[in-house]
Amino acid sequence: MKASLNARTIIVALVVAGLLLLPVYTTLSGNMFGLTLFTRIIIYALAAASLNLIMGYGGMMSFGHAAYLGIGGYAVGILAHEGIGSGFIQWPVALAASALFALVIGALSLRTRGVYFIMITLAFAQMAYYVASGLARYGGDDGLTIYKRSDFGGLIDLSNRVQFYYLCLFCLFGGIYLIWRIVNSRFGMVVQGLRSNERRMQAIGFPVNRYKLVCFVISGTICGLAGALLANNTDFVSPAAMYWTRSGDLMVMVILGGMGSLFGPVLGTIAFLLLEEALSQFTEYWALIMGPLLLLIVLFARGGIDGMLGRARRG
Amino acid sequence: MLLVVEQFLNGLQFGLLLFLLAAGLTLVFGIMDFVNLAHGSLYMMGAYFAATFVAWTGNFVLGCVLALGATLLLGILLEFVALRHLYNRDHLDHVLATFGLILFFNDAVRLIWGPAGLALPLPPWLTVPFQIMPGVYYPAYRLAIIVVALLVALLLYLVVMRTRIGMLIRAGASNREMIGALGINIKLLYTLVFGLGAALAGLAGLMQAPILTVQIGMGENILILAFVIIVIGGIGSIRGAFLAAIFVGMIDTLGRAFLPDLLRQVLSSAAASTAAPALSSMLIYLLMAIVLVVRPEGLFPAGRP
Amino acid sequence: MAEPLLRVEDLVCRFGGVIATDHVSLDVNSGELHAIIGPNGAGKTTLISQLTGQLISHSGTISFAGQDITRLPAHRRSRLGLARSFQITSLLPDFTAADNVAMAAQAHDGHSFRFWGDARKEKGLRDAARSALSRVGLERRADTVVSELSHGEQRELELAVALATKPQLLLLDEPMAGLGATESAQMVKLLQELRREVTIVLVEHDMNAVFALADRITVLVYGRVIACDAPAAIRQHDEVKRAYLGDQHVVTRHD
Repeated sequence: MKASLNARTIIVALVVAGLLLLPVYTTLSGNMFGLTLFTRIIIYALAAASLNLIMGYGGMMSFGHAAYLGIGGYAVGILAHEGIGSGFIQWPVALAASALFALVIGALSLRTRGVYFIMITLAFAQMAYYVASGLARYGGDDGLTIYKRSDFGGLIDLSNRVQFYYLCLFCLFGGIYLIWRIVNSRFGMVVQGLRSNERRMQAIGFPVNRYKLVCFVISGTICGLAGALLANNTDFVSPAAMYWTRSGDLMVMVILGGMGSLFGPVLGTIAFLLLEEALSQFTEYWALIMGPLLLLIVLFARGGIDGMLGRARRG
Repeated sequence: MLLVVEQFLNGLQFGLLLFLLAAGLTLVFGIMDFVNLAHGSLYMMGAYFAATFVAWTGNFVLGCVLALGATLLLGILLEFVALRHLYNRDHLDHVLATFGLILFFNDAVRLIWGPAGLALPLPPWLTVPFQIMPGVYYPAYRLAIIVVALLVALLLYLVVMRTRIGMLIRAGASNREMIGALGINIKLLYTLVFGLGAALAGLAGLMQAPILTVQIGMGENILILAFVIIVIGGIGSIRGAFLAAIFVGMIDTLGRAFLPDLLRQVLSSAAASTAAPALSSMLIYLLMAIVLVVRPEGLFPAGRP
Repeated sequence: MAEPLLRVEDLVCRFGGVIATDHVSLDVNSGELHAIIGPNGAGKTTLISQLTGQLISHSGTISFAGQDITRLPAHRRSRLGLARSFQITSLLPDFTAADNVAMAAQAHDGHSFRFWGDARKEKGLRDAARSALSRVGLERRADTVVSELSHGEQRELELAVALATKPQLLLLDEPMAGLGATESAQMVKLLQELRREVTIVLVEHDMNAVFALADRITVLVYGRVIACDAPAAIRQHDEVKRAYLGDQHVVTRHD
């Protein structure tokens, strides 16, 4: 544990420093593409970190996490469409809507276990997807264009790319800090204990479903924030954001980075999206390489990037 | 009335097709405890193979048989090269690896066949309407699907219930350790089951191909439906998969056919025509959610087949 | 005579057509060590699981400290002071020994919806963990991950976890299962000490241990109580001899 800490700390410190300094580089070099790409990466990293809270720490394999991306996004988009442009209203609504959705589907889904849980969360996300497709007033299948980004008065200008980038980065670091505190708190101990041995936790006196549900709601709410950011980033929200393959992407990011590791999802997201970007520069058929690569990673690199960093030091 | 009969048959046909897909999935799931997201890709490959072989040979039946064989081989190859190394891993590893396979297959198809979809034209003898009742005609091809799928279902039932291999399969689905204890070649059994599942998926794909366009991503939507079915039916249960598949096929088809009219009674026409498809797609997921809330292990949990 | 701490009346549990617990009635008095013995498949573990709430009883009642707990979920019973150890070790394998015990202490220290402070730095929980660990002689292994503990140490840890919930009644399901002779002797010694503080229900195959420890013994055969008496009387009990003590079970050491 101690030995691996160093390699991991160095990589994480480098990544954090790189993310903090990226706008300086892009402004100096005029390469704004990098900024756009990394804004997207950071938002997905936040979503992946929230999934990691329930999946990596809590052992709840949600296959419907993209639903919150859509719900957070639609909250912003629909309010903007109805003429309510203030971020002070849009964002709390986005968070509350995600939390409420998580509360309802969590209360129902947590009755099931294992693969059934994976599938029921998927089913609920698909329902959200079809509801969004049926919203004729808000674009239905085609999605909804957001003509003006969330307005936070004079506080911050979301249309300014550097400011928006730092806002996203702030949310990511804030989210990870929050998750870190939660994981080490009494609540976090219970949640991790549940992943480890649910029967035992029940026997020593924990009402297990209550803790799982609260964890599920916290995770969904954080992902809803990522959804609000994503809608602002693309100026657009569509049902596709909730499609099950998007939930699959999020799972891949978490597993790739290393489940139950604080920064794993960030590393996993960077790796996944950068790889996708790099491969698609190189060939139109990027997935032809990405797919088998995922297979190879599963076969030969267990524990994700975080696990490899641990092993690299030890071995 | 005519419409009702027709839609009813459509629902049955779709349900049977879904069963072919779900049967393989539930066997692989029940026996190897393996979550195979790439099952939908095999369905897609079946359709592409059929479109290609039919065009090459100029003979619909021959092309389909060749396509079936090709999907079977592909499944066995896939199992042999990659998936058998994953059986002992947890479900998340399965999800990740087979998710990678979906990406791979989609782009492989795009590279080989191009991004545009293919059509699989029917031979003339399958396009004639068939009189099923006085005054009620039904497309011969859809009827053929029903017949073939029912035959396959029956065959599957006989194999699973009456043969030695079937006995092993059932034993494996309800108690995995047991087949290990019986001292039979598990690896071979697994490969066989996976190949069988792949062939069934391919059959579903190639039979669906003339009705819909053969296109990239066609396997993904229907894969989720198949998962819904095996979860409703109870993982590992062929009988559960059959009943759930018919049920889901009916609900989906009848919902799509009749919901718009029903909704028009309460909503404006425009709103109804956008809301109805969404609502009928949702119905199935709603059904699954209800089933799981009431019976967290599906309607027919394996082990009690 | 005072009200018993645990009173079981007419308890039934079925698995499909099989009746695992067949109208069992049983009293456990405060302060006693009450052993439950019986051949394999007699329904001992089923009974323990019914008492702690992992299994739901089909009929009958369980009352604990004067309160009807038949319908209470497991976690509520634990709160009332009913603790169990598992026959097959059931710990949190990727946590340290101290974490396992601290978790049990935490469960009985108000709700755990506390999201901020570092639980591993809470002195109260750590102290409780230390003291429970030292009770079973595991203090030097406090920071070892459970999966790296020996089997004997894991059995002791099971006991420490149960103790940390400050139980009134300790239900021990074969605490000596899989232990060697020395380890068993240690466990017997430990139980000798513990029985002075807490009421214990002990399910055990090791007859030497049972007859050395128990105040009273209940004999369970095919889910039915065939006898309940002091050890000396049980030895003489005809039906018990026939059904159980007579066969070779009694000489078979489970190790």
